[in-house]
Amino acid sequence: MTSDMKVKTKFRHVGTSPIRPDGLDKVTGRAKYGADLNLQGQVYGHIVRSPHAHARIKSIDFSEALKLPGVLATMSAEDLPEPGEALIPGAEIEMKLKNVSPVIMARDKVLYHSQAVAAIAATTPRIAAEAAKLVKVEYEVLPHVLDMHAAMAEDAPLLHEDNFTVGVDPAPEKPSNIAQHIVMPKGDVEAGFAEADLIIERTVHVPMCHQAYIEPHACVAKSDENGKIDLWCTTQGPFMVRLLTAEITGIPQKDIKVTASEIGGGFGGKTTVYIEPVAVVLAKKAGRPVKIVMSREEVFRASGPVSDAETRVKIGAKKDGTLTAIKSEMLMDTGAYSASAMFAGVLFGTAPYKCDNILSVGSEILTNKPRVWAYRAPGAPQALTAVECVINELAWELGIDPVDFRLQNAVEKDDIPLYGMPFQAVGLKECLQAVKDHPNYQAKLGENQGRGVACAFWINAGMQSSASIHVTPDGGLSVMTGSPDIGGSRASMALMAAEVLGVPFETVRPAVVDTESIGYCDGTGGSRTTLATGGAVIQAAEKLVEELRKRAAASWQVEIEDVVWMDGKAVERCGVGIDELIEGSSPVKDGAKVLTLAELAAAAGHTGGPLTAVASLHAHNAAPAFAVNVCDVEVDPETGKVDVLRFTCAQDAGKAIHPAYVEGQMQGGAVQGIGWALNEEYLFDDQGVLDNAGFLDYRIPVASDLPMIDTIIIEVPNEMHPYGVRGVGEVPICPPMPAVVCAVNQAAGTRLYDLPMSPPKLLAAIDGEA
Amino acid sequence: MKKLHVSTTVNGQPCEYLCEPGQVLSDILRNELDLTGTKEGCTTGDCGACSVMLDGALVCSCLVLAAEAEGKDIETVEGVARDGKLHPVQQKLLEHAGLQCGVCTPGIVVAAKALLEKNPDPSEEETRYWLAGNLCRCTGYDKIIRAVMDAGATMRGE
Amino acid sequence: MQPLQFAAPTSLAEAAQILGSSDNPKVLAGGTDLLVQMKLGLREPALVVDIKQIPELMQLSLDDSGLHLGAAVPGAVVTGNADIAKLFPGFVEALGLIGSTQVQGRCSPGGNLCNSSPAADSVPAMIANAAVCRIVGGSGERSVPVEEFNTGPGRNCLANDEILVSLDFPRPAPRTSDAYLRFIPRTEMDIAVAGAAVSLTLDDSGTCTAARVAIGAVAPTALLVPEAAAALVGTQLDDDALAAAAAAASAAASPISDKRGTAEYRKKVVGVLVRRAAAIAKARAAAQ
Repeated sequence: MTSDMKVKTKFRHVGTSPIRPDGLDKVTGRAKYGADLNLQGQVYGHIVRSPHAHARIKSIDFSEALKLPGVLATMSAEDLPEPGEALIPGAEIEMKLKNVSPVIMARDKVLYHSQAVAAIAATTPRIAAEAAKLVKVEYEVLPHVLDMHAAMAEDAPLLHEDNFTVGVDPAPEKPSNIAQHIVMPKGDVEAGFAEADLIIERTVHVPMCHQAYIEPHACVAKSDENGKIDLWCTTQGPFMVRLLTAEITGIPQKDIKVTASEIGGGFGGKTTVYIEPVAVVLAKKAGRPVKIVMSREEVFRASGPVSDAETRVKIGAKKDGTLTAIKSEMLMDTGAYSASAMFAGVLFGTAPYKCDNILSVGSEILTNKPRVWAYRAPGAPQALTAVECVINELAWELGIDPVDFRLQNAVEKDDIPLYGMPFQAVGLKECLQAVKDHPNYQAKLGENQGRGVACAFWINAGMQSSASIHVTPDGGLSVMTGSPDIGGSRASMALMAAEVLGVPFETVRPAVVDTESIGYCDGTGGSRTTLATGGAVIQAAEKLVEELRKRAAASWQVEIEDVVWMDGKAVERCGVGIDELIEGSSPVKDGAKVLTLAELAAAAGHTGGPLTAVASLHAHNAAPAFAVNVCDVEVDPETGKVDVLRFTCAQDAGKAIHPAYVEGQMQGGAVQGIGWALNEEYLFDDQGVLDNAGFLDYRIPVASDLPMIDTIIIEVPNEMHPYGVRGVGEVPICPPMPAVVCAVNQAAGTRLYDLPMSPPKLLAAIDGEA
Repeated sequence: MKKLHVSTTVNGQPCEYLCEPGQVLSDILRNELDLTGTKEGCTTGDCGACSVMLDGALVCSCLVLAAEAEGKDIETVEGVARDGKLHPVQQKLLEHAGLQCGVCTPGIVVAAKALLEKNPDPSEEETRYWLAGNLCRCTGYDKIIRAVMDAGATMRGE
Repeated sequence: MQPLQFAAPTSLAEAAQILGSSDNPKVLAGGTDLLVQMKLGLREPALVVDIKQIPELMQLSLDDSGLHLGAAVPGAVVTGNADIAKLFPGFVEALGLIGSTQVQGRCSPGGNLCNSSPAADSVPAMIANAAVCRIVGGSGERSVPVEEFNTGPGRNCLANDEILVSLDFPRPAPRTSDAYLRFIPRTEMDIAVAGAAVSLTLDDSGTCTAARVAIGAVAPTALLVPEAAAALVGTQLDDDALAAAAAAASAAASPISDKRGTAEYRKKVVGVLVRRAAAIAKARAAAQ
């Protein structure tokens, strides 16, 4: 799409918040999630997991397990092709199969506690679990390393003997636990610091956390006599599951059909596979459908948590508030295999600010912890938190209001961020002004209370999507995509289709269909679905309008140019100029011919056959999102307990297709960030065993922890999208952490940057013991 | 292992099932009775997705042995809408966009209905504390709380 | 693999007999601890005995002698009883802090005690109110003060064939009230990092004439802290007295460091909680 495209600004459906089409099934319990399918003849898979954080697998003996009545099949890495060095072709992000396959089933070595080493299929879940205990795995236990600094030491236990740090010149001669290194310079930071009147440098630690979706991973796999695989699972990307399952098992993609169930949360965590290839292999071997449902404990121990990061940020400013230099040095933990979003952290952490001199460097560190995976704006929250904490301190020290300080330095159109692509119109300043004007920003703070402000950025993805539309004989519309609906996307697809076709929202039935029923779709992630899959829906709907005009023109024996489509009807133009035709204002001339969608659909059999339209695209029109949060807290100085009093989010959505669900993304992301700032963290014991593998001690926020989350949707249209859409799903998790941290530090008079700000840590800081 | 025979009432209808002594009620509801509206997010009583009413008490069905339900009355999310009509809590959750992924929603529906039956006019704080055992990771709770309080207002005829 | 057995006896005698016949039985009341422990593989009993069909276990009476609470009565039944809340507001608050609304629909004060967790919320409140356990077993009946019931984390004084039948709370003297506070990182759904219960009696001049202070989650079992009570008795419960009680509670605490808090933090906070709970109990007693 070109930037001279005209962005639509007047809408009939887009911008309203109707009840979502899949809502009824979800409030009545009828909607089918991952674990809700049971097939005839189904048996149950159970995964054997490593009791060690680092060990060599010497042997696996299934003989005792196989003696248990009801055990039908076993599996280990022996059942999978050996992964090579090659990148997985066609994967959404660059990854090597050798970094993915061992997470499904360890090969030779286990690199974290609870890594999968074997699996059993049996007739009941209880028998499968009992049999799993009878699998004898002989290990040679190796020394392990959990801490990033310890992992970088010269004599640290080495996870991968073939890991030579990428991005270092000259290439290192010795292997190490540093997977990658990146340096991103702009201008001259040292010259920039020399110009500064005030320089502040802080080290900010953000802990390992988890996406903590409420629905555990679950799947059912079936294999027929011809080796065709039918896989049902909860996922953000059924096509991604098809690809990874094929790569990991060696079964061709053409033999695998994936149906995405309804999905009970993902936040990035369900953009990969854990159990699906195992279920497929067990189903083939057992000759029966195999169901695997992860326990909550397994989800915490053995899915993909989120990188902890330590970032040292140094920023210089002049007395008048102008930023002169930003230096950011990030260490990001990737767990056992390289998979972190360190690049995003390095590239995006400074994106909200105009600054001529930036140096951002990052290192990705391997440790004996679970392989990390994506969580909402992967990599960015850790980096932005560090930058925002220093920005706040600068504002305090300079005596400038923290919103004004940011307004002064905020990026706008034509500014060039570190990643090099100049911004088109962006809404950061609008967001800042909106929070400044909000009543919450005027609220008086009492004793032990504090206020924090933070900005954030996320790039947003485009990628590939397909949509298809079928018209029923009575004029109904089926809109199909391959993008799982994780937060109301069926509603936004239906709104956009209704907008193009000029029909009531209720006329459109949106569906998410399996990988054989629609063209390729990248996963629901990267804040891309409304933009890219929605873009495919808009294109398919436009093609359908074209076809409908053609059919009407043929039946009236006029040229297609003489037929316009409006209000869900084909109308003969009768010499009226297009500009005079305003939707909904009944411009039809007396005697002009009209055919409704229903009439055209009823006649379709005689005018050329069924009415359908398909569109596929690779979207390159994504535009970044900015957000600003303001958080007020009260700290109990005797216990270190933090209460969130008020929380305000402003975000540039470009165009909010379904504003209520845009607000929902903002509120949900805010609360995830609040949780990460205050209480969420992975706690490992010294053996590398996760000590809080459950919702009791992995403390996500509960309803009583929170105030209402006030939202302000800013709409600075994305100039490259027909409706102005940006992505909205990810940026909301970026600003809450620094906003909370700064509010707490102001309330408590502390400078605590070791997250989470859990009560014992905060009280120690208050009492001067930190 | 010999299974136990249990007679109960589920959503107003007599219902019998066989269970292993260690099986929990949520497992039987989902996998024997095909009432998969009751979700399992943790099976340790921490998430509330499996909330049901057991003889009028709001409980986590993952923390009830199926064998304990002998002679008891069980109400699940599938029994909340009656005669083709949504309960106000369900209707208001839809209107307020009080669900995103929807997996916690059945538990919220059952728990919120129980709240409004006990306390027809709960404050925001009372609503938040009552629902503290129903984890939602998507919404930040804002729209859920508004929906439940609005459902209360509807039920009071306001 | 030993198959699990399930039984639901209808009398105490039957229950004692069934329990005595197994070498690995567990009593099931509300199940909110036991079923979790079984799920996580922390306990693997051979027999689960549901005691909720035994009438004595489900009885609740409040009379001139005090409160008699069947050990398996769900917390929600107690918290929903306004008469009990008037006499023992702190105890009722403690029950209202255990788990979620859903958990309170099942969990019982008796189960909370028998699970023998040092962090059980209702236990310090029972101790502060001088509650006594009535225990029945194969060899007869006995009574044990709540503060002597638990012997360590996960351990208590019950023999295999014994059942905790009821908890008996003496009726409080006039101008007596209680309070319970616990510290958790969130507002709900956590295990206490520290807890404190205080029961106070005032005379007409506002002088404290009797006090019991109990603390939880800061020692292998919930503790009665006579030194903290002594700091309150005979005073007007002024700031100095409350601070002295807080210091005594902190001194009595011998906590561990774990994922929920450091030992040092627990020692500090338990004192804060004692001071705050005492202030609440004072206000409540004075209002009578």
